[in-house]
Amino acid sequence: MYRYDEFDAQIVRDRVRQFRGQVERRLSGALLEDEFKPLRLQNGVYLQLHAYMLRVAIPYGQLSPVQMRQLAHIARTYDRGYGHWTTRQNIQFNWVALKDIPDVLDALADVGMHAIQTSGNCIRNVTSDHFAGAAGDEVKDPRPWCEIIRQWSTLHPEFAFLPRKFKIAVTGAEEDRAAIRVHDIGLHIRERGGACGFEVHVGGGQGRTPHVAAKISDFVPEEDILDYLEAILRVYNRLGRRDNKYKARIKILVSETGEAEFRKLVEDEFAAQTGAEKIALPRAEIDRIEAYFAPPDLPERPASSKVFEAAKAERPRFALWAEANLHAHKVPGYISVTASHKPVGAIAGDVTDAQMEALADLAEAFGQGDLRVTHAQNVVLPHVALDDLPEVFAKLEAAGLAAPNEGLISDMIVCPGLDYCNLANARSIPVSQEIARAFSDYDDQADIGQLHLNISGCINACGHHHVGHIGVLGVDKKGEEFYQITFGGRADEAAAIGEIAGKGLRAEDVPPAIRRVVDRYREIRTDRSERFIDVYARVGADPFKEALYGVD
Amino acid sequence: MALIKDGKEIDDPARFVPDEEALSPGVPAIISLERFQALAPGELQAAAIAGVRLMPGDDPANLAEGLGALRLVEISFPKYVDGRGFSQAQLLRRRMGYSGELRAVGEVLRDQLLYMLRSGFDAFETQRADIAEYLAATGEFSAFYQPAADGAPTVFSARSAR
Repeated sequence: MYRYDEFDAQIVRDRVRQFRGQVERRLSGALLEDEFKPLRLQNGVYLQLHAYMLRVAIPYGQLSPVQMRQLAHIARTYDRGYGHWTTRQNIQFNWVALKDIPDVLDALADVGMHAIQTSGNCIRNVTSDHFAGAAGDEVKDPRPWCEIIRQWSTLHPEFAFLPRKFKIAVTGAEEDRAAIRVHDIGLHIRERGGACGFEVHVGGGQGRTPHVAAKISDFVPEEDILDYLEAILRVYNRLGRRDNKYKARIKILVSETGEAEFRKLVEDEFAAQTGAEKIALPRAEIDRIEAYFAPPDLPERPASSKVFEAAKAERPRFALWAEANLHAHKVPGYISVTASHKPVGAIAGDVTDAQMEALADLAEAFGQGDLRVTHAQNVVLPHVALDDLPEVFAKLEAAGLAAPNEGLISDMIVCPGLDYCNLANARSIPVSQEIARAFSDYDDQADIGQLHLNISGCINACGHHHVGHIGVLGVDKKGEEFYQITFGGRADEAAAIGEIAGKGLRAEDVPPAIRRVVDRYREIRTDRSERFIDVYARVGADPFKEALYGVD
Repeated sequence: MALIKDGKEIDDPARFVPDEEALSPGVPAIISLERFQALAPGELQAAAIAGVRLMPGDDPANLAEGLGALRLVEISFPKYVDGRGFSQAQLLRRRMGYSGELRAVGEVLRDQLLYMLRSGFDAFETQRADIAEYLAATGEFSAFYQPAADGAPTVFSARSAR
């Protein structure tokens, strides 16, 4: 994985010193709260319902064991012993005191981490496929370009005060696990005649006006991609709406301008760049960064493992976990393991210091020192030998991280909701817990198969309800919480925004209603290989709407 | 209100004259882009126009004609969170080759000075920073990843030069 050189280390130290000064000026009153706000936001510091929250960047979700242990240390020392994985592969600490934040940033810098641009109207942390570098279906590892984009966008002087936040995702695999079509910019690595480049999607996003991104280029050669990104960002910075924060995202500019006209604006700006404006990214520099992401040196192993097969035969619980939580690796004899942070009854994304330590230990002992945070708020060990799976499972089980539910109905994406967030209209966590309890039998969940259920506590859609196969949106109606259900959303390469089923349900009616929908799905699927989302594509929403409202 | 240019406090007799006010002959004026575009060719010298002030929605390309006759372009930040002026500055410096004074006016805060300097500004009218703070704010970083109008070497290039 990437390791800071002296430049990276110096820039992060400079940033901590700068922020320490800003906090001191704020505490002395020299800096007004209004002036401080965008500065703290650009360092990931939010003022939440109860306290300041610090969001730490985990670029493209990758962590070393040393970094994971430092996050555990921060959780213990400055928070209440836990953190929260976010849907953008970051971690949040919800109870950090403002005066301590510079020290936390120093502790992060000690392990090559920071909180730069994890919030605010700037280019945010770049996200990617959590199986990058390991997935069997990968064309090219996206992480080197994620890192290059991270560096280019860090403290970019022109794009620190954009109309609104700006999120970039990159994938290098056929199956899009990075949800690139619901990002401000989504990049899909393509190869053309031996050359590497990017298919460019712009203007996707969720929130109150969800959009699937428009493809504005089939192929931008890799040596041009930073210049092309600058062109998009400049068009957005100059023309994006600033009169209404709810219309300020680039998706609104793209839809109001029209896809063809927007593409022309970008192409014209790109063509107008003079030689002096182009970003010199020497080949040697690309090679240098790519070298950090060289595949781990995995000893040769047989494609199948007797130990693994025997354990599956002996222990049904292990077999169930192996069916759900493993993902094919490009190297025979290896596999990627998802450590579920969502046992039934848990709070999606919450992680204790002890769990972080356990994950760090596992990565060191069995996982090539590599850890990934997923946008579904779990953690992946990307490179594990099949032979080691029984032992890895046992250790995950001891840490409470072995729920056999990756991609299943209880593996929900859930925003913090009204329990933590000052934007929320309704609670999300308790509703998610009740739904999980309605499906508490993991054999039953396995039989249902892949089903993404996402929950947001307000229209800002932090819980990604628009792209859940089933989405749940909390709304406030005259002081009472109601939950609107959507069907058919998806964040993958066939990205779509879910359609609203009808009137909202009371919290207590949601779990049985979802149960009826799932039962209906099982009645009409041709067999277990036809997932909920496939059936939806075949028959539409009507049978599910009927089931939702209990109409026979 | 301090006016800082190239790291020193300076005075400038030029004043911004709103569109509805008449220009006084002989008094150096800074005018809006709209007014500037409406001037007949000979009027520029006669009216002692020192500079033009761009508002966030203005397109610097409209300054292309006559830019050579200006010693000053002001870019206004009516709200400091409105970052359009950073793009205007980069365009003026890097695409249009403007080399005269580029002054940030309006809500110009200490913690934006470095971004402004990098974007091509060399002068700042600000109530929120004095010279000492200006120097501190603009010296906070020792390296930059990306190229900008200031021409500072980038980390990308510095690495391959080692």
